[in-house]
Amino acid sequence: MSEQTWQPKIVAFLCNWCSYAGADLAGVSRMQYPPSIRVVRVPCSGRINPLFLVAALQNGADGVLVSGCHPGDCHYLSGNLVARRKFAVVKNLLEYVGIEPGRVQFSWVSASEGGRFAALIAQVTEDVRRLGPQKRLAKVL
Amino acid sequence: MRDLANDIRMIAKDLFDQKRLDTLVGFEKGSAGARCRPVLIASAAEARSLAWDATCSNNLAVYLPFLFQRPPQRKGAEIPLPKVGFVVKGCDLRSIVALVKEKQAPRENLVLIGVPCRGMVDERKLAAAIDGAEIASLEDGDEKIAAALADGRSVSLGREEMLQDACLTCQQPVPEGVDVLIEGEARPVGDNGDSLVKSFAALAVSERWMRFQQEISRCIRCYACRQACPTCYCKECFAEMNSPAWIGVSTELTDAMIFHLIRIFHQAGRCVECDACMRACPMGIDLRTFTKKIAADVRELFGFTPGFDLETPPPLVTFTEDDSQEFITEPHKT
Repeated sequence: MSEQTWQPKIVAFLCNWCSYAGADLAGVSRMQYPPSIRVVRVPCSGRINPLFLVAALQNGADGVLVSGCHPGDCHYLSGNLVARRKFAVVKNLLEYVGIEPGRVQFSWVSASEGGRFAALIAQVTEDVRRLGPQKRLAKVL
Repeated sequence: MRDLANDIRMIAKDLFDQKRLDTLVGFEKGSAGARCRPVLIASAAEARSLAWDATCSNNLAVYLPFLFQRPPQRKGAEIPLPKVGFVVKGCDLRSIVALVKEKQAPRENLVLIGVPCRGMVDERKLAAAIDGAEIASLEDGDEKIAAALADGRSVSLGREEMLQDACLTCQQPVPEGVDVLIEGEARPVGDNGDSLVKSFAALAVSERWMRFQQEISRCIRCYACRQACPTCYCKECFAEMNSPAWIGVSTELTDAMIFHLIRIFHQAGRCVECDACMRACPMGIDLRTFTKKIAADVRELFGFTPGFDLETPPPLVTFTEDDSQEFITEPHKT
């Protein structure tokens, strides 16, 4: 496939209460965004174990996106605030050992932000497309 | 120089005599070379075997979770937890504090004998300096270490050059908040060694990846790093889970890399930079460059250094509302 048409595979971990509903809103509002994401619904961004992110990359994902409620809006009050610390540490570590910045991204999308969700996916897809297929952690047997 | 070993023996004997201890974890002379090895003793008589010198590098906190494990107890008929003593350096104590915070042992069941640390000898640097010759005994001086070799030669080595990197950058060589603090000289606190992380981070992404890959490609997945680490005590490690099987068990490179990434991540806010993982590695993998990153990050992002204080919660179980979130992707307005 040529550079232009290559569609990256991005695993998107979306929290049930905000980002998943935001994705739903983008859908019912018929907003266009690239068909690059595979959504995994999680109860809260606090549910994300960094192992999920690297496991996705190992199993062939070209990028990973994690999105939860905006800080302060967590359905479980502080799930995303504890997660934010975890994300900061794990993102730094992955980039430190040499995973390209942009492969693993984190964002906040609320249930009313369908437009933001569509724009986010377009942007993340573009970032990952620019990086090309993810080969560093992908397991090839 | 003061004979710290003798002080430790006296204190240990007193503690056993006063029935304040069931077990004591310390060091004794090893059987080969000049190395000390960890020992568990259970009586005043055994206290005679305790030793202390510049080869007591192990982090003894690694034995703590194991000593406080017991099967589920019937209510009203609980077997009391043992009273366990530890001979601790700064790093051992910081690991013990991290474990107490994680409820691996109640502080009141621990009797801590603190020893100010002048830094411990790096086995690998020592072996390189004497071309791997067998050592009969080591004499620790103020600035020199005199090694008597098995073949009769004797060598004098600069103490500072023989110390472990972890000791050279140690920030807390004197254990604070122990029950008995032995008087002695401690290493002056110098640079914290974060420059190692900074210089690695300054390399290009692909160069960093290449180095990481090169180091980890030597990993044989023996898990010695995990076993030697005091804060790696999970009964079921993600590396061995089989439902779901997160990573393969072979030495396949991505599996090994993920094992190390997650192992290092799990040390966030708990790593005391004692380098036990690196000492234990039979392949001599430079784990320090990578493990140190997590400690440096926690310091920088959350202003937290694992220390002697039992009150501050570990940084990754808490939060503040204004934690940095510069890393969050903000989509451009369309």
